[in-house]
Amino acid sequence: MTELAAVERLVKRFPLTRGVMFRRRLGDVAAVDDVTLSVQDGESLGIVGETGSGKSTLARILLNLLEPTSGVVRWRGEDVTHARGARLAELRRARQLVFQDPAGSLNPRKTVGAAVADPFAIHGLLPERAARARRVAELLEQVGLDAALANRYPHELSGGMRQRVGIARAIALGPELLVADEPVSALDVSIQAQILALLRTLQRELRLTLVLISHDLAVVRHMCTRVAVMQHGRLVEVGSVEELFRAPREAYTRELLAAVPRIPGPAAPPSAQSSSSSST
Amino acid sequence: MSDAVLRVEDLRVAFDTREGLVQAVDGVSWDVAPGRTLGIVGESGSGKTVAAMTAMGLLRGARVRTSGRVLLDGDELLTASPRRLQELRGTAIAMVFQDPLSALHPLLRVGAQIEEALRAHRSGVSRAIARARAIELLELVAIPDASRRVDAYPHELSGGMRQRAMIAMALANEPRVLIADEPTTALDVTVQRQILALLRRLRDELGMAMVLITHDLGVVAETADEVAVMYAGRIVEQAPAAELFAAPQHPYTWGLLRSMPRLDAPIGAELVPIPGRPPSLVHPPSGCRFHPRCPYVRERHREVDPPLEPLVGAGADGHRVACLLSEPERRAIWTRLAQGAPE
Repeated sequence: MTELAAVERLVKRFPLTRGVMFRRRLGDVAAVDDVTLSVQDGESLGIVGETGSGKSTLARILLNLLEPTSGVVRWRGEDVTHARGARLAELRRARQLVFQDPAGSLNPRKTVGAAVADPFAIHGLLPERAARARRVAELLEQVGLDAALANRYPHELSGGMRQRVGIARAIALGPELLVADEPVSALDVSIQAQILALLRTLQRELRLTLVLISHDLAVVRHMCTRVAVMQHGRLVEVGSVEELFRAPREAYTRELLAAVPRIPGPAAPPSAQSSSSSST
Repeated sequence: MSDAVLRVEDLRVAFDTREGLVQAVDGVSWDVAPGRTLGIVGESGSGKTVAAMTAMGLLRGARVRTSGRVLLDGDELLTASPRRLQELRGTAIAMVFQDPLSALHPLLRVGAQIEEALRAHRSGVSRAIARARAIELLELVAIPDASRRVDAYPHELSGGMRQRAMIAMALANEPRVLIADEPTTALDVTVQRQILALLRRLRDELGMAMVLITHDLGVVAETADEVAVMYAGRIVEQAPAAELFAAPQHPYTWGLLRSMPRLDAPIGAELVPIPGRPPSLVHPPSGCRFHPRCPYVRERHREVDPPLEPLVGAGADGHRVACLLSEPERRAIWTRLAQGAPE
């Protein structure tokens, strides 16, 4: 596999201030602290960590949505840390973000169709109305929505449907890399599985590289081939899903795994004992 | 259970809305005994929170239609006067919520809020005693350095510490029943583990009855003695926790179990989502409410509305399910599903 995207010796500090009128700078917090990580072409990489681990900051820097304090962001081998103008626009097309809260990322006064058409408008693509409407309908169907929903407003949709709209927007310009930041945390269990299945299907059909940011280890284990564990801005451990979940090397990874509540009963296929469940 | 401290009987709650009457809770009964935990599992719109808030007397008004009974020891809470409710809330029954920031006043120190909760119910308590008790409560919920943190504002505490502070406030007057609505949903897993352990410890030490409302089957499995699964305003399955996970009976419960990614599944295993989405509560489906999403639906299920009934041989407190499939059919299907077969 070849490297698609990478960060090298990445540091992001935020100023720590106190007071509202007379802001005093108390120092810095390192949200991302010397992280080197690469994303291979076609893989699905999970980034797990708790609140404040720096996982979302890392993702935003990887997508040039935030400037790092120091370090390098690479895309297909090229240093794009300080990309601007037309180059940055190209990069935006190639790398897209799916948010946790689709309600917060959709304009409530725009129809679903307009929201999905937005990327074309921003990048000056498909100027012809009919062609754009056809493509929007295609995209809605691709994410499992009825094309007729194009005329609806976000508040008329359920959370799962809104997340599908968010995904339709993200894939509209044919990206190579999709970064999904907690894409199912706000959704009900039965809807989570639908969205995860959709992301898997799209990844296969569109040959996407996926970076999945999540606090949920079971979701990452289900979706990804490789996992990076972050804590306090640092990379604690990186490994294949098989290795890391079977034999975590770092104490923090073990602690995280131990904290996940277990569901009793058989996980298909069951072990010999659990298949003989009682029948009252 | 005869020794129940809180008993909900045939509770119905409907809201008058512009779209019509929303039947959020439709004939729900449950109870909980001292020292025990009832887990109520369901997705958004299942009615799990509405039932609990109604029981607490937090949902009253011209547009809310309520029937049934909520018995807290000798008191009937649905018809209790606002004054009586006020007395009972805090001292007999208390609630903690998902988001402590919405329950804690942002401009008051944490300790002052706990002291207020104490003094609201005991007019004779001096400030000094209330403060000492507040510190004691913060220690009880394992907040380190409690004598200093008592003077902190909510925003100065982390999410986990705020959740602990809210639990301390709920426990201030030693309620007999604690209703915890998604108490760990907003927290990191390591913090969630601590909070759940704390709730279990307090339940055991104080002999509280606990109602744990959650969407997370793992959280329920680790904390509850008894589990009720809610769907579209009804309980569709209820059983002792071990029993529910070993031999679930309702197709919706199967769907929930199969749609959750789990750490002990083979890597690469597919999730099986429940198709469709929860029904409208204004125009609920005819017959079994789950039938539009059920893979095992038969013609009859579109017309007949199944009651919640005990399995053969199970007592009235045992495993109950509201499903029209026969017991042998259900057992055969679950055995197949548990072995990894498709529907």
